[in-house]
Amino acid sequence: MTRKTLAGLIAGLTLVAACGSDPEPVAEPATEPAPTTSEAEFSEPEPEPEATEEAVEPEEAVEPEAEPEPEETYPSRIVSLSPTATEMLYAIGAGDQVIAVDDFSNYPAETADKMPGISGYDPNVEAILALEPDLIVTEGSNPDLIEQIERVGIAHWAGPAAVGLDDVYAQIEQLGAATGHLDAAVALTADMSTRVDAVLARIAELDNEPLSFYHELDPTFYSVTSQTFIGTVYGLLGLVNIADAIEEESYGYPQLSAEFILDADPDLIFLACTKYCGETFDTVAARPGWDTLAAVANGNVIELDDDIASRWGPRIVDHIEQVVDAVDTVVAGAAVAA
Amino acid sequence: MSERARPVTGRLPGTVWIPASAMLLVIVAVAGAMIGPAGPDWWRVPLALAERTPLLDRLGIDSGVTEREWSIIWNIRMPRVVLAGIVGATLSLGGASYQGVFRNPLVDPYLLGAAAGGGLGATLVIATWGGLGDGWIIDPVPVVAFVFALGTVAVTYVVGASFGGLRTTSTLVLAGVAMVSLMTAIQTFVLQRNSDVVREVYNWILGRLSTASWNDVGLVLPYVAVSTVILFLHRRHLDVLRVGDDEATALGVPVARVRLVVVIAATLGTAAVVAVSGLIGFVGLVVPHMVRLIAGASYRVVLPMTITFGAAFLILADIPGRTLSAPAEVPIGVVTAFIGAPFFIVLLRTRQVAR
Repeated sequence: MTRKTLAGLIAGLTLVAACGSDPEPVAEPATEPAPTTSEAEFSEPEPEPEATEEAVEPEEAVEPEAEPEPEETYPSRIVSLSPTATEMLYAIGAGDQVIAVDDFSNYPAETADKMPGISGYDPNVEAILALEPDLIVTEGSNPDLIEQIERVGIAHWAGPAAVGLDDVYAQIEQLGAATGHLDAAVALTADMSTRVDAVLARIAELDNEPLSFYHELDPTFYSVTSQTFIGTVYGLLGLVNIADAIEEESYGYPQLSAEFILDADPDLIFLACTKYCGETFDTVAARPGWDTLAAVANGNVIELDDDIASRWGPRIVDHIEQVVDAVDTVVAGAAVAA
Repeated sequence: MSERARPVTGRLPGTVWIPASAMLLVIVAVAGAMIGPAGPDWWRVPLALAERTPLLDRLGIDSGVTEREWSIIWNIRMPRVVLAGIVGATLSLGGASYQGVFRNPLVDPYLLGAAAGGGLGATLVIATWGGLGDGWIIDPVPVVAFVFALGTVAVTYVVGASFGGLRTTSTLVLAGVAMVSLMTAIQTFVLQRNSDVVREVYNWILGRLSTASWNDVGLVLPYVAVSTVILFLHRRHLDVLRVGDDEATALGVPVARVRLVVVIAATLGTAAVVAVSGLIGFVGLVVPHMVRLIAGASYRVVLPMTITFGAAFLILADIPGRTLSAPAEVPIGVVTAFIGAPFFIVLLRTRQVAR
């Protein structure tokens, strides 16, 4: 016990010393000399330098022999602070290497027992370090956190909000390379893009007039413009976003006025707060005046899964398919009416 | 200091100002109903209203407004205008009354914790159950916000009264400061633990008229009506209180009781409007002063005018809120301060010079 504590102390001091002397600890972790006597116990879980290299430069791993011995070469104690990245990690088979996730990483269900109560927004760095991670995955939206992670010399991978599907594919493959599951990652992205191609073919076949839609983030009419990831997904399918009437640049998540929504009379309404706000077709139809909307009258109010619609993970294809099904319904309904 | 009794000479009497401000309210309300980011041409709105008014509908007016446009006017815009009016009037009246019983010009209806308590209540609901209660039979946010607002003020009052008695107001005000800090701290803590709801809570804090419905109007009206009537009945007492507690007591005013009743009534109204509209700042503090600068300090004039002027002020502030960055919204709390502060400064300056 005391020996272990001492070992940890020495290791910690060495790390601090290394960081103090080295301005870029992440870039060159290999230069860090291992502490002398107590080294065996400290490094038992994982010799981290290799893993760091992989995470920082995933391209390096795109060599054929990248997959031989995961527990040797690749991180085995991943902490994910990004719900999207968590989904990606599990989808490519790296779930076993994940030891902890943030509070919002609720998919897949196995993550439930890996939630030590770390907030993805405002995480406690010490609590994360106490888990002894060898790779920390974030959305890259918290520069202070990243700076602290870098200061202690732990490998870090950031997957910021995607701009389009290509970003999603790239992030999945980067994670695959970093965790030793590149083949699975490539297979996943290939499958995703095949499915997307299939729905795009369906859309092309429908050959309808462009439909308009309103994507509702919450019952106070917050929405998304085409500058957001979810907005670009709709754009891909040729749908017209009513929130794009807002002219200001880089105004991704505007609060629309109810008058405007009624006036715009979108063909489709997508509800993205069904789980957390309890929105349903009925609650929308019950709003004063909303019964005059074509989408409500024709039943084209689609209840989305909040989590799928707010992440850029592998399940985004499910969302795309759901949207195309909805478009299908509208077009079919119009055909019947005509 | 600003409560100092001033001779009314040189000012128009209340008999002119009160009808004038009522007229202003009507004009602003009609303008509010006509202007919006969507809907029919503005000039069709009065026609559409007339078309659907009993008696006037016999004139054979054809406004050319479609069902959906009418729905926009009646279901979206009108409740918003009416609610803005009620909220503005209630906050202003509450502010004027608080300023009267505390004889302090820097007091607003949120002083004793109505806003902080309501904010904590709303935060707890949103953090516990997620969204803004679209799926509930009764939206829990206003109910809990209302209860918390009243509860906080009650605690403030009990604490303040137990230390300083009701003879002095300063312990009460200090107790209010302490309670506001406490509530705000708890709210911040809850928010920190539930950072996924930050936007919703923030949205609520900045004030929300954007989802106003006739339901909301019906929800607040009883409380606001009771509060308004009680405060009105005390307008002469408030005038007497201006000379000081001892003097008022000598004149036969039961100071402690009047203070308690006025605070309860003003808090009731404030809590009700906070519950449906969130925290709309600035109105309760500044509108009473605007009224005093215009029409003098007598509560017999100030109270009715704060109602009409406060209502007009918030309806007016909501017009840019709806249209400035249309079809997006600008939070009403931002607009009230943004147009209110310069207006107040100009008013202060011109009136000072004139005096």
